[in-house]
Parts: sequence; C-alpha cells; structure tokens
Amino acid sequence: MSRGNYQASYAEGRALLRTREQRLLYGALAAVLVVAPFAIPTFYVGEASFIFIMCIASLGLMTLTGFTGQVSLGQAAFLGIGAYTHAQLLTLGLPLPLSLLAAACTAGLAGLAVGLPAIRVSGLHLAVVTLAFAIVTEHVAGRWKSVTGGHSGLAVPDPVLFGFSLGGPLPFYFLCLAMLALVLWLLLNLTRSATGRAFVGVRDSEAAAQGLGIHVARTKVLAFVISAAVSGLAGALLAHQTQFITPESFGLALSLQLVLMVFIGGMGSLRGAILGALLIGMLPSLISLAKPLLPARIGSQFGLELFVYGAVLVFFVLLEPRGIDGRWVRIRSALDAFPLRRRGGFRRQKAYMRSERG
Amino acid sequence: MGAFDSSSLSQFVQLGLQGISTGAIYSLVALGLVLGYKATEVLNFAHGDVLMLSSFAAWYFIVEAGLSFWLALPLVVLLAALLCWLLEARVMRAIVGQPQFAGVMLTIGIGFMIRGGTSMVFGPDSRSYPTPWSGRTTTLGGAVVADLNLVILAAALGVTALLFVFLQRTALGVAIQASSQNQLASYLCGVRVKRLNSLVWAISGAIAALCGILLAPISLVDLSLWFVMLKALAALVLGGFGSVPGAILGGLLIGLTEQFSGVYLPDGFKDVMPYLVLIAVLVFFPRGLIGEAHGRRV
Repeated sequence: MSRGNYQASYAEGRALLRTREQRLLYGALAAVLVVAPFAIPTFYVGEASFIFIMCIASLGLMTLTGFTGQVSLGQAAFLGIGAYTHAQLLTLGLPLPLSLLAAACTAGLAGLAVGLPAIRVSGLHLAVVTLAFAIVTEHVAGRWKSVTGGHSGLAVPDPVLFGFSLGGPLPFYFLCLAMLALVLWLLLNLTRSATGRAFVGVRDSEAAAQGLGIHVARTKVLAFVISAAVSGLAGALLAHQTQFITPESFGLALSLQLVLMVFIGGMGSLRGAILGALLIGMLPSLISLAKPLLPARIGSQFGLELFVYGAVLVFFVLLEPRGIDGRWVRIRSALDAFPLRRRGGFRRQKAYMRSERG
Repeated sequence: MGAFDSSSLSQFVQLGLQGISTGAIYSLVALGLVLGYKATEVLNFAHGDVLMLSSFAAWYFIVEAGLSFWLALPLVVLLAALLCWLLEARVMRAIVGQPQFAGVMLTIGIGFMIRGGTSMVFGPDSRSYPTPWSGRTTTLGGAVVADLNLVILAAALGVTALLFVFLQRTALGVAIQASSQNQLASYLCGVRVKRLNSLVWAISGAIAALCGILLAPISLVDLSLWFVMLKALAALVLGGFGSVPGAILGGLLIGLTEQFSGVYLPDGFKDVMPYLVLIAVLVFFPRGLIGEAHGRRV
C-alpha cells in the first residue's frame, strides 16, 4: 500500500519520486534507455530519437491543451519556426546550446503572438485561429525563399557540441534523450508550481479561477508561450533528425498528429503525452511491419496509415476517452486495492471544453 | 486609355463573378457545417472528406459505370445523405453530452478514415469526369465565365432558397429550428430530436455531396479536395458560428477576398488572405460578423 498517498514529511511531499518502488522503477527505465541504443540496430536508434522528439512536442501541446484547456490545431507551426530559426542560426555559426535556446525563444515569441487572440476567443474559435495561423505560417515558409529556402528546402548543419559532432545516430539519441529529460523535469515542476495550478484552474473554470485571483488572460498567454517554446525546441531537434527541412514537413498533418498524441495519451497528464507520442510515433513502423500481410492494393502506405490513425482515434474517443493514461491509472489503482475493487470509482467528472451554448 | 479602362473593368467583373462563384461553393460547404453544428453542437471536421468521397463516387458512377450525369448526381447525393445519417445515428450519438473537444476529435478521426479508405480504394491519382457544362463559357458584361461557375452559383442560390423555405415554412423545418435552440424543451413538445439530428446531418451530407460533384470538374477529383473545408471553416467563423446567413455571407466574402487578392496583392497572398482575414475578424470581432449572441459562458 506504499503508493506515496501519505506523506510523513515535507521533503517526502515535495519529492518527484515518492516511494522506493518508484525510484527503482524509473531508475531501471533510465538505465534501459541509456543502455538500449548499444544493443539495438542503428535504424531503431534513429526511430527512438524521433520518438523522443515527438515526446517533447507532445509534452509542449499537453501543457497547452491538456493542462490549460486551450485547443491548438496548429502546433506544427511552432515546430517549424523553431526548426528554421535553429537551422539559420547554426549556419551563422552560433553554438548548439545557444541556438537551441534561441529556437525555443523565437517559437515562444510566436506563441505570444498567437496567445494574444486567445484572450478574446476560446474553444472552437481558438482552434480555428491556431489552424489558420499554421496554414499562414506554412505558406510564408514556402514563399520566404531567402530565409527558408522555399519549397526546395533547407539543409541543416550537423549538431556540434564543444568540438564533438553529435550528428551520428548514437550521440544524437543521447542529445534527444537529455533534452526530453530536461523538458520533462521542467514541466513536472511547472505543473506543481503556482503557475501550473493556475493553468489547471483556468481549464476547469475560468470564472472560478478569476474569482480566486488568477489573472486568466496572462495565464492563457503564458501557457501559449511555454507550449510554443517547448515545441520550438522539438522542432529544432526534428530539423537535425530529418537533416533537411521543407515547409510541408511542418504542415497540417504534423499538427493533427500532435493533437492525436495528446488526446490518445490522455488529457491532463504528462505521462499521457509521452505514452501517446510513443504509440503514434511507432504506428508507421508497425504498419510497415503489418503491410506484407495485407493485399497489395490496400498496402498503399499513405492511405493505410491515414486510415489506421483515424481508426485509432475513433476507438479512443468512443471507448477510452481518458486515453492510455486513464487506463493506466485505473489498472494501477485496481492492483493497489486488489481484492476490494470498487465499481464506478472512475466516473468522468472533468470537462476540458464545455458547451458553448451554456 | 479607354481600352485600358474597359479591360480593367471587365477584369474586375470577371474577378467578381469568379469570386462569387467560388464563394458560393464555400458558402454551401459552410452551410452544411452550420446546420450540423446547430443541431448537434458538433463541428463536423469530416465534412470535407464526405465532399471528397462524393466526388470520387461521382467519378466512379460516371466514368467507370457509365451512368449519365443526371442519374449519378441524385444517386451520389442520396448515398452521401445515407452515410451521414448513419454516422450521426450510429457513431456521433455515442458521445452526446461529452465535451465539445471529443466531437472534434471523433470527426477528425472519421475524416481520416474516409480519406484513407478513399485513397486505398481509388488510389492516389487525380482524375476528372465530364459534365453537361464542361468546356462551355458564357460572356457576361464583357467577362468570360465558365458555365460551370454559373451552375454552381445557381445551385447555391437554389439550395439556400430551398433550405430557407424548408426551415421557415414547413413543420419539420420549424421543429429542426426548435430542437437546435433547446433540445430538451422541443423533446418535451413532442419533437423527435434524435431522428431530427440524423436528418440534419443527412441534409448536410447531401449538400456536401452536391458541392463535391460540382467542384470536382473545376479543380479535379483528388484527395486534396477536402481542403475546401478549411476555407468553409474560415467562412463559418467569419460569419459567426452557428448563423446560416452569416455562413453564406462569410463564404462569399472569402471567395471574393481570394480572387481579388490574387490579382491586386503581391504573389502568394491569394492562398493566405482568407486565413489572415479570418484571424483579423476573430481578434477584432470575436463573435463574427453576424454572430449569434451567446449568453453566459461560465
């Protein structure tokens, strides 16, 4: 029964990992992640780095959609802004850490610009504004040839840190892993801070949050800035992963994929963001594995992938609306209370977006 | 100088006509969206995919099966209506009462499935089919207009007029309006809300199919046809969510903006302008141009 539900001291209450079990489990996970790239084929090391990047992007969107309740259908634009900034700054000769930071800051500024309308519009309107912003960004990236190379693309220099090239699959894997760990640690602490609590307050009830003295407008804009900055960082890393960036790679498809990750993972949970990114990130590989089993006609990659994405999404909305994380929590608490399972302990209570009709 | 004036005038007329006719398509698509949104409070992101699927179905019936255009048209419209009826009755109803975001995600998922399925069945190539008006043009006020554009305009006017009469003058239409204003109250008055919701979705699907059939000969029968949905979304927001006249006005405005910015603004603005207008309108008039007054939002 030692799940960290009860705390004996303030230090215990503040600790990120509360019980010895948790420390052991997450320690083991970290050890596996560090050792794994030496044991698996190089191709999968690259795939794993890609999934880490998607995890970062999905964490960024989770902060915005899952915690603050602001739906963004244009998150890929922030990734794109981060990627182009990073590529240009690296070409200018800025060192890697500074360039990553600058990419995050530029994307954060873009987030500020998109967040300002969020003060005035909410719900579906906001979703449409972010969608429009992403479409405009993609077109601008396609037209502004002197900076972005237009539709013919832009080559990204190899990442170099203190004279070491991080371009190979292995060093890049560790770069992505370190970045993911850093972002996760920052966001974990953010969600426990007053700001993070304000995010959740704004999500659950703007009126109540206002009544408690939370500056709703500022909180919403801040959520946009943080989310965009994290996404910008992910975009910068993604630029290295693909080594060549075009406006199309930051289009609507990526935005929707990110929304998918967040939703399927489970709203309002950082663990969910990672689980969702894991599932959606691995889906293309799984589909290619399953392809030889299917008739050749259906095997057209594009259509099949889209269909499976859609089917997974429909499945989760209809049958598992709290996502993978919700299922995880339910299984865990069922195990905790093992012989004494209680029905109906998990009725849905939270609404992340309410009816506009009132 | 006189020649220049008359040519720029005819260009103006031409652009205006073209803008109005593309705008008419956007209006029609947005109209379908508004109807569904008002009835079930779900913004149907799969609307564009139904439109795209209908154009593929029309291609199949006309080119592969060899049916005449006038036979294929009602057939496809009926099939799309049936599809949307089933979607509402069997799938969307499962999430009634859940947050709005669930509806958005569900329809996005359905849209993905329709698009993926179409790509798997028909293959990714674009194609075209003949219509009675293909390749014919009419000269109007010095401007040359493709007959198809005029047909689209006429269809849009016709559908709007029909819908207006249907919603204002028939018992069924009034019931639809009542249930979109207050489902519980109309249910207590004996309106069969569930069936009406399915009916509204079927009507919206039929309109999408009509749009798809008329739009495909102009652009091409292609998977990317669903993009018209994004323009319709812009139109919808521009006119104020959930307002039928607003959707029509918004569609026309978006169509005109697109055409005129393509000529009078620097290269590249044509694709972006509708969305810039959309963002500007939402920031400065968050309720749209003809928005419905929302009451409390607490």
